[in-house]
Amino acid sequence: MRTPRPDQVRIGFYICHCGTNIAGALDVGEVVNHVAGLPGVALARDYKYLCSDPGQELIQHDIRDHGLNRIVVAACSPLMHERTFRRAVEEAGLNPFYCHMVNIREHDAWVHTDRQEATAKAKALATGAVRRVALHKPLETKKVPIHGEVLVVGGGIAGIHAALILADAGKRVYLVEREPTIGGHMARFDKTFPTLDCAACILTPKMSAVGAHPNITLWTYSEVTQVEGYVGNFNVTVTRKPRYVIEDACTGCLQCIEACIYHDARFPDEFNLGLGKRKPIHLPFPQATPPVVLIDPGTCIEFKTGKCKKTCVEACADRRAIDFQQREETRQIQVGTIIIATGFQTFDPRRIPYYGYGVFPTVYTALEVERLLNAAGPTGGEVILRNGKPPQRVGIVHCVGSRDENTNRYCSRVCCLYSLKLAHLIKEHTGAEVYNFYIDIRTPGKGMEEFYNRVAEEGMHLVRGKVADVYPDPADPANGRLMLQVEDTLMGRILKVPVDMLVLSVGLEPRADTQEVRRKFNLCCGPEGFFLERHPKLAPVSSYAEGVFLAGCCQGPKDIPDTVAQAGAAAAQALALIVRGYTEQEPNTAYVREEDCSGCKSCIPLCPYTAISLAADKQKAFINEALCKGCGVCVAACPSGSIGQNLFEDEQLLSEVEGVLTYA
Amino acid sequence: MNPTSKPKVAFYWCASCGGCEEAVVDLAEDILNVVEAVEIVFWPVAMDFKKQDLEAMPDRAIAAALVNGAIRTSEQEEMVRLLRRKSQCLISYGACAQLGGIPALANQFEREEILRYVYQEAPSVINNSGTYPQPATPHNGDTVTLPAFRNSVRALDQVVEVDYYIPGCPPTPALTKAALDALLAGRLPPRGTVLAPDVALCEQCPRLESKPKDLSLDAFQRPHRTALDPEKCLLAQGIPCMGPATRSGCEALCIKGNMACTGCFGPTSRVLDHGAKILSCFASALAPKEPQGIDQALAGLPDPVGTFYRYSLARSLLRRKRGPSQTQHFIRGNPP
Repeated sequence: MRTPRPDQVRIGFYICHCGTNIAGALDVGEVVNHVAGLPGVALARDYKYLCSDPGQELIQHDIRDHGLNRIVVAACSPLMHERTFRRAVEEAGLNPFYCHMVNIREHDAWVHTDRQEATAKAKALATGAVRRVALHKPLETKKVPIHGEVLVVGGGIAGIHAALILADAGKRVYLVEREPTIGGHMARFDKTFPTLDCAACILTPKMSAVGAHPNITLWTYSEVTQVEGYVGNFNVTVTRKPRYVIEDACTGCLQCIEACIYHDARFPDEFNLGLGKRKPIHLPFPQATPPVVLIDPGTCIEFKTGKCKKTCVEACADRRAIDFQQREETRQIQVGTIIIATGFQTFDPRRIPYYGYGVFPTVYTALEVERLLNAAGPTGGEVILRNGKPPQRVGIVHCVGSRDENTNRYCSRVCCLYSLKLAHLIKEHTGAEVYNFYIDIRTPGKGMEEFYNRVAEEGMHLVRGKVADVYPDPADPANGRLMLQVEDTLMGRILKVPVDMLVLSVGLEPRADTQEVRRKFNLCCGPEGFFLERHPKLAPVSSYAEGVFLAGCCQGPKDIPDTVAQAGAAAAQALALIVRGYTEQEPNTAYVREEDCSGCKSCIPLCPYTAISLAADKQKAFINEALCKGCGVCVAACPSGSIGQNLFEDEQLLSEVEGVLTYA
Repeated sequence: MNPTSKPKVAFYWCASCGGCEEAVVDLAEDILNVVEAVEIVFWPVAMDFKKQDLEAMPDRAIAAALVNGAIRTSEQEEMVRLLRRKSQCLISYGACAQLGGIPALANQFEREEILRYVYQEAPSVINNSGTYPQPATPHNGDTVTLPAFRNSVRALDQVVEVDYYIPGCPPTPALTKAALDALLAGRLPPRGTVLAPDVALCEQCPRLESKPKDLSLDAFQRPHRTALDPEKCLLAQGIPCMGPATRSGCEALCIKGNMACTGCFGPTSRVLDHGAKILSCFASALAPKEPQGIDQALAGLPDPVGTFYRYSLARSLLRRKRGPSQTQHFIRGNPP
């Protein structure tokens, strides 16, 4: 490798036309002429597409023929092509970090309309880069090995699917689920659109496959409480909540439930959203995975009084699975990659008081109706109202909490189709007249428009209009019949529609604890609060945290096919990292100049990657290079200027600023 | 020993309180050794030399000139230029010469504002005739002159080249003695060096052990309103201590007196802007993250410039409050 001497800096400057993207907005020739005259610049050129093979070869030839030892490429964002040019420069025998990019496309050509000013800005930015690159030092990219284990957070369909793919590929998977069973929202659905196949029939085989898979460690009723480390080497703490039943000892025979001192189930059943009842000791639903019961200490007599006859323990007999002394436990695991599949929550319609949810007993959310329709649900699959009667007229309000400036602005994507599905199923179960009140019917996706046509032809009432008011029908107040007031915007008429069941098609929202999860895993959130993917088109399952991938509705509302596809993609990305076995570490890391450090400890609590510790023997800060992501927080905070950062040295930054300002 | 063969030394003060002059005397009996070893050729505060004596010397005749105080007037400029010419080695002595010091806090105000206050508005002033100091005033057919009062206070090296810096407000006797010894022995580091350790004060601080590893600043306390624990890290008690950002060498005298470091030794060589650096550190460690909580915490810092730039405003990147009369070059440019 050529070893450039600092006193002999020979800079090659290249400006890319990017077709007309850059050349159309500024005068590249003028920039070339300006830079050619700067100190240290040996050569300045423009080229139509520098990222093309001939473009890269041009730079490589110049390095050899003209003895260049620094390269500045003025082109697009370094996010696009920094790797390209660094690789090209490396192939020509230079240290790749002697190459520096100036973003004159996104930062200049695309955001300015005045050609002269855009040209001037390009000159200023290029001058800064030329000054900076002269001070660059050779750096080395490090390879860090990756652990083969994967943590999947969330046991809905996304987490289940991703876990199974990885486990089938022979990788050890830890699947952590907050609820006592995996299955997520999908386990609560009755049928799925547009095929109307039974949700449980397609989900439960996958659930039991997870439960039985030798490569999957399934921890339900558990939460990830701490994440430390970095891609390839995450140290994760999982807290397992006590279910007061020893998981390994419980056979799922359910005799304890039978024997519970409460003869009748009398407490609201969480799985059925309070529409059904359960006992203190219960299994969320028959196909729950793992098939292990749990005791709710809030309702169990033994926990409340300590004086229960403990008939459940008698029933459990030799299995001795019930343990009232069980405590919270923590587990430590090391994983290489993480898949976040924490799902969504449905919009709480109490936030829109005029729909009367929680006030009128005949107003239901769509998810509650799923449970009413389900054969394993609280009514055995009969759609009957809280007063015991089947409905004859049903209204379904679309877009509840969605596409509205007062609640969520975005479209939740699945509501139109699940509303049509519910309309079909309610009609099928009860023969009721069903009214759909929609803003727009949106049915993108395979088979969706056909499904809409099918449901429409079944004699649904489709009314384009937002329900403006819901009040008890004055003509029939006793039976809880409601009057809906709505403007049919196609007919241009105000309608008053009496119904005896109102279904609210609630939208999908980020979970309430999204911010907490975001901080735990170093993720980013978009404006609507869902986790942000690294690129909406080209990196849809990558997060901004290296080695952490996103699957399912935690990234944004989506239907089951898309969720499964995304979970598969996330699994493939995790697998790609594991199979390669290492990650490359950018050398833009921070380092402590030990002899300068006063040991003031200011930097230690600030590092978001817990990379800094105090070397106890020396009382000096120490940065674990493998953990450092080069965010620069410690560099800015170090009060005595004793922390430096590769590629962001003070002298480099100041020279760059000076370069820009001298030109400006 | 023939006095003329001894190295010649000069002392001079500019805009300073006089504490630096006392610091030289504070060498106590050691000063006798100094006086023995050198010939003092100029020291207006203690000995009777005149400017003419200095002018009469050949250039570079003085081995070392120690100048304290910041530069505000045309007289100070003239004197330090003269000393620079006559000296082989010009040493900036004390915080004001090195960084601008307390006098440089005046850079928060315009020249005219200062004169107006001092000669007109201050409660103890009666100046009905509106008399202001003038560079030249006719008097009995003659002209009486006063040095010109510049718009900004500058550090010594913003006016003349400086070879070494002895920091402190004032420098400690130990540091002064070590510097003089090194000078006399000819054991001097590269030009431009600050003659004090280049590590922050925390390293020497007797309370370092008690500084928590996860310091998070909820609020700032004011020392006169707080009963201070004499053992515990002052930052951990919410007192804005400049120690983490300030060069050591002072023997942690203030800390030993149960007072926070105010930063008189200035930043380490690696830091361009003392105040901005500690501000960046405190801001990073601030516990509240919402505007309201931040405002509440900052209420404990009623005078941020006086706290963070107490000695270094002239030598900071900003140098002074930008007034309408200035066109400034903020980065390594020339002072106005």
